[in-house]
This record gives sequence, structure tokens and C-alpha cells, in this order.
Amino acid sequence: MTKTEIIKRIENAGLAGRGGASFPVSWKWKSVAESLKSEKEGYIILNAAEGEPGVKKDQYILDNYLNEVLNGILLADSYLTSNKIKKIFLYLNKDYLKQFKKRINKELEKKAFKSIKDKIEYFVKPSYPGYISGEESAILNIIEGKKIRPRLKPPYPSCKGLYSKPTLMQNVETFYDISLVSRNEYNGQRFYYINGNVKKPGVYRFFSDLPIEEVLKRSGNYTDESFFVQVGGQASGEVLNSDQLFVPAESTASIMVYNKKRTDEKKLIKFWLRFYQKESCGNCSICREGTYRLYEMIKKDEYDKKLFFEIVSSLKETSFCALGASLPVPIYSYFKNVLKEKIVE
Amino acid sequence: MKPKQVKKIKVIVDGRLYYGVENETIFQLLKRKGFDIPALCHHPDLKVKANCRICVVEVSGCETLKTSCSTKIESGMEIYTSSDRVIKARKINIELLYASHVEKCVNCSYRFECDLLKFARQYRLKINRFSDRKKNRKTYKFGKAVEIDDTQCIDCNNCVEACQLQGISFLKSDNYGINTEIKPVSDKDKTCVYCGQCALHCPVAAAQEQDSAILVDKMLKDKKKIVVAQIAPAVRVALGENFGFKYGVNVEDRIYTALKKLGFDYVFDVNFGADITTMVEAEELVERLSDKKAVWPMMTSCCPAWVNFVEFYHPELINNLTTARSPHIHNAAAIKTYFAKKKEINPKDIVVVSIMPCTAKKQEKEREELKYKGRKLVDEVLTTREFSYLIKDNKIDFNNLSKSEGREYFNSGSGAGAIYGASGGVMESALRSVPYILNKKEKEEKEQEEKEKGKNSKKKNKNGNIVKAENAKLEGSLEFKSVRGMKGIKEAEVKIGKKKLKLAIVSGLKNIESLIPKLSKYHYVEVMACPGGCIGGGGQPIPTTDEIVEKRMKGLYGIDKKREKRRAHLNKEMMECYQSLKNSENKDKLLHTKYKKSKRIVVKTTKDIPPF
Repeated sequence: MTKTEIIKRIENAGLAGRGGASFPVSWKWKSVAESLKSEKEGYIILNAAEGEPGVKKDQYILDNYLNEVLNGILLADSYLTSNKIKKIFLYLNKDYLKQFKKRINKELEKKAFKSIKDKIEYFVKPSYPGYISGEESAILNIIEGKKIRPRLKPPYPSCKGLYSKPTLMQNVETFYDISLVSRNEYNGQRFYYINGNVKKPGVYRFFSDLPIEEVLKRSGNYTDESFFVQVGGQASGEVLNSDQLFVPAESTASIMVYNKKRTDEKKLIKFWLRFYQKESCGNCSICREGTYRLYEMIKKDEYDKKLFFEIVSSLKETSFCALGASLPVPIYSYFKNVLKEKIVE
Repeated sequence: MKPKQVKKIKVIVDGRLYYGVENETIFQLLKRKGFDIPALCHHPDLKVKANCRICVVEVSGCETLKTSCSTKIESGMEIYTSSDRVIKARKINIELLYASHVEKCVNCSYRFECDLLKFARQYRLKINRFSDRKKNRKTYKFGKAVEIDDTQCIDCNNCVEACQLQGISFLKSDNYGINTEIKPVSDKDKTCVYCGQCALHCPVAAAQEQDSAILVDKMLKDKKKIVVAQIAPAVRVALGENFGFKYGVNVEDRIYTALKKLGFDYVFDVNFGADITTMVEAEELVERLSDKKAVWPMMTSCCPAWVNFVEFYHPELINNLTTARSPHIHNAAAIKTYFAKKKEINPKDIVVVSIMPCTAKKQEKEREELKYKGRKLVDEVLTTREFSYLIKDNKIDFNNLSKSEGREYFNSGSGAGAIYGASGGVMESALRSVPYILNKKEKEEKEQEEKEKGKNSKKKNKNGNIVKAENAKLEGSLEFKSVRGMKGIKEAEVKIGKKKLKLAIVSGLKNIESLIPKLSKYHYVEVMACPGGCIGGGGQPIPTTDEIVEKRMKGLYGIDKKREKRRAHLNKEMMECYQSLKNSENKDKLLHTKYKKSKRIVVKTTKDIPPF
């Protein structure tokens, strides 16, 4: 397949990154290709960090569609001019490496992957701090052996990524989609990981514009008990009540279902805050200090709600990276959509 | 060639039109236009890290606030610097940083300059809403020079980067989240050389000189001894910055008066000591030139951080270092012997306090080799910052001090002494005196020869004028422009007498490594640990940037130009003193020193004990 063909197909399919940020794939590919024109070498990274609690779709894809994922990487390698791609990093969390390394190696023995086989290198995601270790610019630092921290953007990885060279980094599902697109088999579907208080937890595949309510119904997970959901991860996902499910699932499209009556309000907030406090890399002031202070506050019986939301607001407004900036998502939406509290700042 | 056209970019700030230049950040533009934007981690000479998150501004069309330090201006950008949104976020971020820092503000010696404290006031922070989460952190003490107090640290990483820029990399940011802390690396092949660049780049004095100000203040107040001060060349062109003077202004007169007001009994000028150092060093150079077995190149040794560097990282260069002591030690020797004798004071009753642009001098004064009759020559060292603190803490109205008091002794420092504070200055000073020493030596040798041959030299001195003119020629050049300036490595070649000398001048320790492999091609190498020399020293006012250092440098050359005597050997008072030190039976212990291979420093950790 020619370069123009593949990029055209990706464009026509309207493919968006499945790692959470939903960035158009064709833009990223073109940007890396453009940067490679004036550079001798570049890198491809498969991001299989999947560090967000309550998201398990990449594991499922690797388990069931390994060949497609590798084929996606192969297509990227050839689109970006194979001899310019110095290395291809498979960046996996520890469990996935253990689970899939043998199978990946075996798969790579196939003739089809001959051109990328020798360029493949495994890289294990550090377990602490684990969340930021899935962020793309932090991954660059990690592979380069630097302190685990997000980088300032711009420059973006597609221009100056690993070792300052153009770097294409995509999520597992994205490479899978690319493989489908190349065969004209992509039909706009995506993976949903459904878990929590449901009858049939697991990974499902539906059209990406399907309303959340339908996703729950069709997967046999809709319940008559009063519930609310968190969409896009158990940490950073947005909280919606059961009347708000007429929209499609965004971000990583995982759906966590909470039983409203049996969920302890404070415990849930505490869970989120503890997660962020523990996972903050410590690079920027507001995330390092803010997540800590919020967690300290919620641990007490009484806390100053105005101050609490001043900090939450500043996390949204001034965080260095998406990690800190995502804490306000579950907090705000939970207060607004489920607790129906007016936020005073 | 046509000058490159600078593209102007229109932006609107708080409703008014401004023109920025391409590639400029919002912060740079706002600073240039005089906006008051708070910032802590920002330093013009360091990378933009954007981790303090307080320089945020609102940019139209952007979902969140933007850190002005890391956002470039774009044509048509609408920026709001003090909207409610901006103030609200800044306020909480400053409060959070302050909460991890506060505890010593009441008696901190940096409290008159501290930006964080200033912002806390400016933004009317509530300061008791959070507990001090870092109160049980450690303080790392590096010798007697510098310390890193993690209880005050705001994790901006400037110290780590400054240390890297020196090529030392002794510091690292360890761990993550709220457990992030700055600490020394465990690598046994690395050591701290006490240059203090960490302290100079710390916005909140968590990295700081080890405090002597309070001790000195106490000594001045309970007056059991004769406490004297001596000021280094580089202090006078920098101190004024803390009192609103322009960069590089010489505030020497006020310094004298302020020191007298603080209660110092006598005030001396280290420029005088620098002239002694020049003589010792120039004589050594002349000696090496006539010694076939001499080690080349000769390298300067007045920078104690550089000496520490050699002793640990490159002990093979120890014999290259001049044996000359550093100017404030020479000056102190003159005070405690020559001056004490003249004034009939028991040297044991004199306490010498050096006021230095340097943190490494705090450790240098402790060196065994520099003791005289078992006692330290310099008793205490204050940095320029500590001196500024003493002036402010004692409520001395520095700006309204004019008349210079207390210029009684050792005031005759030459222009050569003055430029010691700038990179290239030590070498230039020596070069100004080398021809004189060379001629003197030749003359003495000739006379000796002639005496031996029994000839008389009646022919000489027939025509006084000709001799004078010849002498002037023999004095050699006065200004050596090629050794001046801010470049990290400067190279020059000068002709002294019949000899061509190859010179190299290094400032900023990182630059020395690239020069070491090719050292053999030089005769004389000057090294200063801090960029730009002592004027960029670790004890200087904050901020110190390359741009500011350059202005301080101009200040020093200005002093030199105005001096009637610009060569060390023309300083009569000094020459008299020098001769007396030279004739002393303890000559070697007053003028020369030794070096030895050293081990990695032992870092002492304390659990945050206040100095007194």
C-alpha cells in the first residue's frame, strides 16, 4: 500500500487516537513524516502502559488481536519510511510484558514482520509513579533514562520526541484500528471496558457514537437500581448520572458503574484524591501540593469546602500536565451530576 | 550585509496594544514592558521549567490559564495579566508553595529580598490554612560553605540545574510527589566544590550560604575584640543592586561608611591584598620562565572553588597551581602582621571578617595550610548577600550614606587589584606587572654580573629622559582586552619582553574539561569557577544573570580606568608592606600555600537546627 493510500484511508475513516486524548491520527502521522524530512532518524512507540484504574481494553486487544496491532505498527513503519525508523519501542506495563512477551516474539517471527522484527525493543513501564508513566512525554523521559516527569509542550513528540527525534507514539487500540483501516474493515467501532456494579463486566465492541445507555443495555449491563457511571477511567473519568447517558462514551471509553445507594460519598472522593496524591510526580507546584492538601482535607471530618474547590479549580487552570488537570473532572462532575451540589468557590 | 529584520508581533495585554518580537515568551514581553508578574522557578540563564505555576496569565481562546514563561506570543493574542481568574489561581498556588516553605521567615537572612515572602504580602495570603508539611525534612551541609535546607525547598530544581551547568552535578531531585526532595548524589566520584551557584539560583534561600551574619552581628555588638572588615573587589559593583542602584554601580564609598556604622573598627580593601597576590603570582611566572624544569601552564589559584575542583577531580594539576595565596588571605596576613605591628595591637585580638562575593571562601578560611601560627588569618566570611542583610537588619539607610568614612589603611589598591573580580582580571593584573619584574630581575642579574666582572657602569644614566622612555616601554601594555569579557573560554597570546606567552582564561567550571586535554600548549591559565568570575560568584545578590554579570564587569573596568595607579607594583603602600612580608622569616607562611589531593566532602545532615 502506498503512503498516500494509507493516509487517505486513515483520514477518511476519521481515526482518532484511542489513548484518551482522541487526537486525529492522520495529523500525527503527517506531522511525524514532515519532521522526518529534515531528520535522519525517528522512533515509533507502542503505548501499552494502560495505567488508569478501571481501563483494561488494551490488555484485551493484545490478547485477542496481537497480529493486528503489530500490523498497525508495520504500516506506520513503512509510512514513515522504514529505514529512517531507528527503533520501535513496545512500552508495556509489567503485567502485560509477562503475559504477552512470548506471544509477541512468536508473532514477530512471521515473515510479514521481517522488516520491523530487529528494531523492536521492549520497555517496561515503571510501577511508581505509575500513572504519569503512561503520559507520552513522560514516557520519552523514562526511555531516555531521565527522571519521570512530563515535558513541556511544544515541542511535541511528533517533532522532537525520543532523543529529540520525531517520534510516533500510539495507543494499542489505535494501531489495531489502523490495521483495520488498511483493509477497509474499520467501521467506526471501538472497545468498551465495562466494570463495577454490573452483571457482565468485560470488554465489548460497539459503534463509537453509541450512547452510553445503549452500550450498557446491549452489553446486558443496564440495571434498574439507581446508579451513576464514570466514563473514561476510574481516576480521570467524568461522572454522569443515569439521566445523562444519551451521549457517547469519550476518552478511553471505559464505563465504571456505581450503585448509588451503596456508594459511600466520602470514600469515593477519598479514593480519587488518594490516587492523585500518590500518583503526582511532584514536578509542578499545584499538583504536588494541591493533591496532597486535598487528600489531607478530605481525611478530616470537616473541611473548608471553599478552600477545597479553590485548589480543585487551580488544578484545572494551572496544572503542568493532563494528570493534575484531570483531577477536577471526576470531582466537579460528581458534585454536580450526582450530589447535585452547587460549587462555591 | 543587511541587518536581520526583527518581526514585530502585535499582542493585546490588558486591553492595550503592545509589540513583541518573534519567539518571545509572554513572560519576556511582560517583563520588558514593566508588568509585575510573579515568578519563582524562572531564571533567564536556566531552562524554562514552568513548575512553580505562578506566572500564569489568561489568554483569550485558551481553555485554561497559561504559564507566561513557557508560552510564546502569537500575533493577535489577547492576554490578561490580572483578571480575577488569574489572581485567584496565582493566590492559591503561592499559598501552597508558601505552606511548604514557611517557618524561618521571621529571622531568615534572606527575608529582605525573598520573592516568595514578597508575593505572600502582595497577594495578601492567608498563611495559616495549611500545616508546614516539610518541617521534618533534613538540611544538608556542605563544608562550612553552603547548605540545602529541604524544609524550605519549593522543588523548583534551579539548584540542580545550576550545579549541572557548572559541570559538577552534585545535586539531584530524588523521589516523587510530596516526597520529592533535593539531595546530594551518592556517586563517589562527585563532590561539591562550594561554588554556591545552587544558592545563587535558589529563589527562596533553601540553598543558601551557611549563615555567619548573625554571628558577626553579635561579635560587633558585644565588642570584646577588634573586629575589622575587608571587602573584595566584586562586592562593590553588586551590593547596590539590593538597594535599588543600577547594575554595576560602584557603591564603595557607602560600603565603607556602612561598615563603620555597623561597628567595624577598621575597614580594609581587598584590592590591596589583590596587589600583593599579583606580585607573588607575577614573580612566580617570571621564575617559572627562567626555570627549565618548570611545570606549564601556570594556573591561577585565587578561586577556592577551582582549587577544590583541582584537588578532587584533577590532582595531577596541583603543581600547575601558583603557590600564591588568595587576595583576602594575603590581605588578612598583612592586617594581622604588618598592620598589627604598626598599630601595636596583639594580632590575637583582631577578628578579620571578609566580605566576599563567594561561598567557597567560607570553607577556604578553614584550610590548615592557610593558618598562621596555628590561627586562622580570616576569621569569618560574609557573602555580599549577608552583608546586605546586616545593613538592612541594622536599619542603616544605605541610600543616604554618602561620605566615605574609615578609609585609613590599605586603601591604595591599584586598578589591577580592582579587576580581580572579573574573569581575566587576575591574569591581566599579573601581565601588567610581569615586565617590571622581568626587567628588575634582568637588571639585578646584569648588575650582579658586572659586579663580578669588576666593571663599573658609569655609562648608564647619562640621559635620564631616555631611560624614562625606555622604562615606559619596558612596562609593557596596560590593557589586555583579549582576556576580558563573558566568554567561558578565552584565548590570547601576548608578548612579554622577548617571550610570547600563550594564555587561556576560563570562567564557569564546566568549561575547564574541554581545555584540560590541550593544556600543554599554554603558559598561563586563569580559572574562575563562577561564570564571569567573582562578580558572578555564589555569594552575590539574587538575581545574578549573565546580563547582570556583564554590567558588574563594566563597573570594575570603570574603577580600573579611573585609578591613577593601574599596576600593582606602582602601589607604594602595598610594595612597602609586601617587602616587609617578604623579608619576614615566615615569608612562605604569609605569601604562599600548598595543595593536596582531596576526598569527597562529607555531607552533614542536620534536622533543621537554627544557627543560634
